[in-house]
Parts: sequence; structure tokens; C-alpha cells
Amino acid sequence: MNHLSLIIKREYLTKVKNKSFIVMTILSPIIMIVLIAVVAYLSQLNNDKVRVISVLDESGFVQGVFKNSEKTTYHMLENMSLEEAKTVSKETASYGLLHIDKFDAIETVGNHIKFYSEESPSLTLMSNLEGQLEKTFTNIKLQQQGIDLDLINASKIRIDIAQESFKGEKTSKIDSFAKLGFGIAAGYLLFMFIIIYGNMIMRSVIEEKTSRIIEIIISSVKPVQLMLGKIIGTSLAGITQFVIWMIFGGLLMTVVSLVMGVDLFDSTTPQQELMQLASDGSSMDFYFESFKTAMQNLPLINLIMAFILFFIGGYLLYSSLYAAIGAAVDNETDTQQFLLPIIVPLILAVYIGIFTVIEDPHGTVSTVFSFIPLTSPVVMLMRIPFGVPVWQQLVSLLILIGSFMFAVWIAAKIYRVGILMYGKKPSYKELIKWIKY
Amino acid sequence: MNNLLEVEEVSKNFGDFIALNKVSITVPKGSIFGLLGPNGAGKTTLIRVINQITMPDQGKVHLDGELLKPAHIKDIGYLPEERGLYKSMKVGEQALYLAQLKGLSKAEAITRLKYWFERLGIGDWWNKKIQELSKGMAQKIQFIVTVLHQPKLLIFDEPFSGFDPINANLIKDEILRLREEGATVIFSTHRMESVEELCDDIALIHKSNKILEGKLINVKRNYKINTYEVGIRTEHKKKLEQELANKFDISTANFKTLEDELKLNIKLSETDKPNDLLSYLTSKGEVSHFVELIPSVNDIFIQTVRNN
Repeated sequence: MNHLSLIIKREYLTKVKNKSFIVMTILSPIIMIVLIAVVAYLSQLNNDKVRVISVLDESGFVQGVFKNSEKTTYHMLENMSLEEAKTVSKETASYGLLHIDKFDAIETVGNHIKFYSEESPSLTLMSNLEGQLEKTFTNIKLQQQGIDLDLINASKIRIDIAQESFKGEKTSKIDSFAKLGFGIAAGYLLFMFIIIYGNMIMRSVIEEKTSRIIEIIISSVKPVQLMLGKIIGTSLAGITQFVIWMIFGGLLMTVVSLVMGVDLFDSTTPQQELMQLASDGSSMDFYFESFKTAMQNLPLINLIMAFILFFIGGYLLYSSLYAAIGAAVDNETDTQQFLLPIIVPLILAVYIGIFTVIEDPHGTVSTVFSFIPLTSPVVMLMRIPFGVPVWQQLVSLLILIGSFMFAVWIAAKIYRVGILMYGKKPSYKELIKWIKY
Repeated sequence: MNNLLEVEEVSKNFGDFIALNKVSITVPKGSIFGLLGPNGAGKTTLIRVINQITMPDQGKVHLDGELLKPAHIKDIGYLPEERGLYKSMKVGEQALYLAQLKGLSKAEAITRLKYWFERLGIGDWWNKKIQELSKGMAQKIQFIVTVLHQPKLLIFDEPFSGFDPINANLIKDEILRLREEGATVIFSTHRMESVEELCDDIALIHKSNKILEGKLINVKRNYKINTYEVGIRTEHKKKLEQELANKFDISTANFKTLEDELKLNIKLSETDKPNDLLSYLTSKGEVSHFVELIPSVNDIFIQTVRNN
């Protein structure tokens, strides 16, 4: 058996057999699921409360407009003054009082509607009320102008612009959402992976230094082999953990939602209710339908290939830097100073990805940053769902591979010198000197 | 080929710092070679060059007649001064891993490890973790791992540190036995009494330069001071001391005797013969003590380093 595979095997097995690794692997999904379940349960609990809203309509325009729903009951007050209405709604513990004053012109009525309540009312409720009132008042006004409402309804034409690229790929707005979701998920996953397992590599290098086994090992193997073995072994352990999380998490999620009757996947949150309201009649089915086609429209093969390649490239690039940092210092507290220049481009990549890719996936900023090696994996992964020309992907990948090899070369130099240095924290100047040895 | 290792004019700089300046040493096959020097002299750098951990800037190293190459790793066993083991790994697994890194097959490594574990009386440690063992116990494992692949060249850097006298003796005997079986040993230490006891050859490195090398016995001959420690029983101590002082360079000596003897260190000049001194002394009284003073490695070390 050659050295590299021996090292990879040892790194992998020690990581996987480590107690805290096992505990984390099992506990993390449980904790996540419990959290989600608690949040879902609580928000449902919150939603279950029925709100009573008193309405004092002196104008007579909104009779029969408000329909009681599951979560809101409307209590119509009649023949009393505003002050009396306030007292009544307080006594009946209403959520609030909606007051529609009487004026001649309907516009004036519309401009003088007030909502009284103990505390500031919920945003969802207010927009809900505003939506209903706006619709009613507009209709009344239209009727006053002598316009036939049925005619208007009958004349409504729904427009949905079909998008198609010059190559003939059909797209839609929903597509953009799906792409964005895909891109952000991929970019963020890489970001998390680098932070968690990069740190793990760094710690395992430091451990070899503090336990002083390093000199025994490198009298048998080349430092570069040891470093690569560590990176690969730790990554494999990381992938194992991730896969277990996915499977275990998915299973748990299903079990919990079955047992508790809490539909975690599809709990109607107030936000969704609002969206539904805003979409004005167009059914949710329509959305699901277009979401399905959106998924089919994603360049899936390209996505998967790119995800694998950029993920590996980006991860290896960063982890070799982490390994070099581990070699340069004696203990974890000394690492902060060197970690900063690694974390900054990583965070920059995520923000650039999220902000500029949404705005314009093929704009100058996102394009440039999808070529710069330290940010390219994340930014490129976010751009690819929107369709990036293959040549751009290839060039970016080549730059990434090139800089990965350069980083390994630099890291190996620092590693080779650093692992045998004890006692003092090196400065950047010294690190550069080490590279020249 | 009578030399196992030949280091020729090896130099190594770290930036402006010169760690080794054209250092050459020759280690004869089957010898125990003492590599001595004050702290920071460059011993560890030289050892790392031999182990191919550090690449020299200039110079060549030959092992068994061949220019040093990566395949030689399995021919060298190295016990570094700064040594440790993975804390949370089991003793057996760990030894197996290190043995396999040296190129042994798994089955072969297990057989040999079992043999050595029995030999050093640690057979029941296989499933213990290093963090459960004492320092001395861990050192035994490290020793085993160093010698397990039966290398031609063994390099021990302070092998006895951390051992109690009994275990130090055990390890010393093992080193001697390995030499009997054909291994060559490079031995770096600050304990001069073990150099005295074990080494056939020595080299002294000081401030990145080699300042002394050779068979221990020859080195001692070169440093001989022509001084004899004598004890004479006589009635006329004062008179005799006066007479001797006129002829030789004398000083008071200190050693244990049964009677109240005249005890002196007498330094002879180049032309004086010890036999002449002895017959002169026997004519003056009863000689109870007559010993040539041989410089100890300790003296040679201190003297040479001071003069440089």
C-alpha cells in the first residue's frame, strides 16, 4: 500500500471514530429537526388564535364585505358613536376597531379610515384589511361612474410573458427564483463545508505538531504527501458526515411530521397567506405547475458537473491554505491572525453572489468575481443556474485548478518548514521567507 | 565499502542563518557514532539532512555507497529528540500505521510488533491509548517503531531521556544488540558518560562547523595530557614534593588511599618517559598509585568548544 492511501485511511478512520464527530453527526440533524418542529409548532399555535375585529361602518359602504375566516372574525357594530364603539371593542377584548367615517364622496371616506387598537396591529392584518377595502372601494367607485363590473371582470386578460432563450430554452420568472435558490444553496453549502472541514484540517495539523509526532512521520513520508493525505482524508470524513446528515435529517423530518401532524414542509405561514392574497385569485396550483417546469428547465447536467468540479476545486484550494496555517502556528489561539485573509474573500464571495447575481447574473461584477480564484467557486456556482457559457466555466475552472496547485505548492513549503518550528508565532514576513527556503 | 554513511561538505542556510557549514562526517559500518555538540550547533539539521527531511543547499550524502534517494527512507530508523505519538490512537494501531509507512506489509508488521512487545514486556498494551501511558512507556513504543523495519542505519537523538535507570539500561542493551546484528548507529546526546560507554567514533559540531572527528580512542590520544596521578608512601613528604617540583610540573591530586600518602599529579614533558618517572619514584618510597590521566569525553568537549 502506498503512503498516501495509508495516510488518507488513517485520517479518515480517526476522524470518523472520534467521539465528538459521532455525537455531532447524530445530534446535529436531531437538533435541527427539533428546532424546526418547535418553530413550526409555535407559529401554528400563534396562527390558531382567532382575532376578533370590531367594525364601525358609518358610511354604509362595507356592509357584507368582511367575511369571517378561520383566523379572523369580524364584529359589526351599529348605531353608536366612535367613543361608544371604542368602549365596546375594549370590553369585548377585540383585537382592534376599524372605523369607517361617513362622508359624501367615496374618496374622502377611503382617506379617513382608521384602525384603533391596544398595541400596534400586525403587519399582515393591516395589509389584509387594506387589500379588501381597496378592492371594495374601487368597485363601488367604478359602479358610481356607471361602469359594468361584470364587463370589467369578463374583460380581464391574464398576461404571462413566455421567456425563451435564443437557443430555444423556455424560461419564466419562477425559473429565476428556482435558479437563485439553487445557486445560493450550492454556494452556501460550499461556504459551510470550507469553514467546518477547513478548520478540522487545521486542527489536525496542529495536533500533530503539539503531540510531536510530526518528525517521526515525515522521516517516512514527504510533507506534501502528509498534507494531501490529511486534506483528502478529512474531506472524505466530511462528505460522510454530510451524507449522513442528509439521509438521517430527511428521515427524521418525515417521521416527525407524520407523528406530530405538523406539516413541516408546507405549513402556511402568514407570509404565504399574504402572497396568496397579493397574487389575487391566481391559484397556487399554477405556481406549482410552473415551479415544476422551472425545475425541468434548470441545466441539470451542467449544474451537477459544475457543482462537483467547483466544489472540489474550491474546497481543495481553501483547505491547503488551512493546512498551511495549521503548520505555521503552535496552537489554535494563534490562528486568528492568519485566518482573516482566508475568511474575508470567502464571505465576500457569498455576499457578491447573493447581491450581484440576483441583480444581474452576467453583469461585470459577478463575471469578474467568478474568475478570481478565491471567490470563483462560490460566485460561479451561483451564476451557473442562469446559464453561463461553457468556455467561461472552463476558463474559471482552469484558473481555479491552477491556483489550487499554486496554493498547494506554497502551502507545502510553509508546511515543510512550519511543522518543525516550535515555540513562536511567525510573522507574515517569516512565512514569505519560509517559502524561499 | 567500509563506511555506511558519508556526508560530504554539506551546507544548509536558513535565510541569513548558516545552520551547517561544509560539514563532512564518515560513519563506519557497524559502529556506534556519537554526534556531539552544544545546543543549537546544527546536529538536528544534519540529522534531518540524513533523513531527507531537510534538503541541503550544497554537498552530498552517500548511504551504503549510493547517493541518498527517497527509497533510502526504509533503510533508516530515526528517533527524534522532539518525539510524540497520536494521543487518542491505540498503541497497536499506531505502531502498525508507522510501521506500514516505513514500507512493511501489515502481516509482517504485526508479527514483528508482537515480537518486540513481548521482548520489552509490554504485550498487554496493544489496545491502550497513548494518553493512558506514562512518558517512559510511550518512549518504549517509539523505540520499537524506530527499529521495527530493521534499518541499516539507526539514528537516536537523546534516546534515554524520559527513561528510568532500569529501562535506560534495557534500551542501551537493545542498541548494543542491534549493533551486533549488523546495524550502524548514530547517537546524539548531551550525556557524556553514555558516549564514553557506547561510542566507537565521535564527531563534534560547534557553531555549524565540524571541529572534531575520529575514533574515540584516537581523539583521546590526541588530547592526552601526559599527566600521571601518583601516590607514594614516604617519610619525607615535604622533601620529595620539593624535589619533584624542581623536575616536573606538579599539582596536588585528590584520590582515596589507605595511608597518608603524598598525592600528586605529575605532568611530563614530551621527552620524559613514564618508566623513568616510575623508577625514580620507587627509589624514593613505596609507590601505591600510578595512573595515566586520560581525558574524558566531557573534558574534550568542553576544551574543544572553548577553544573555538
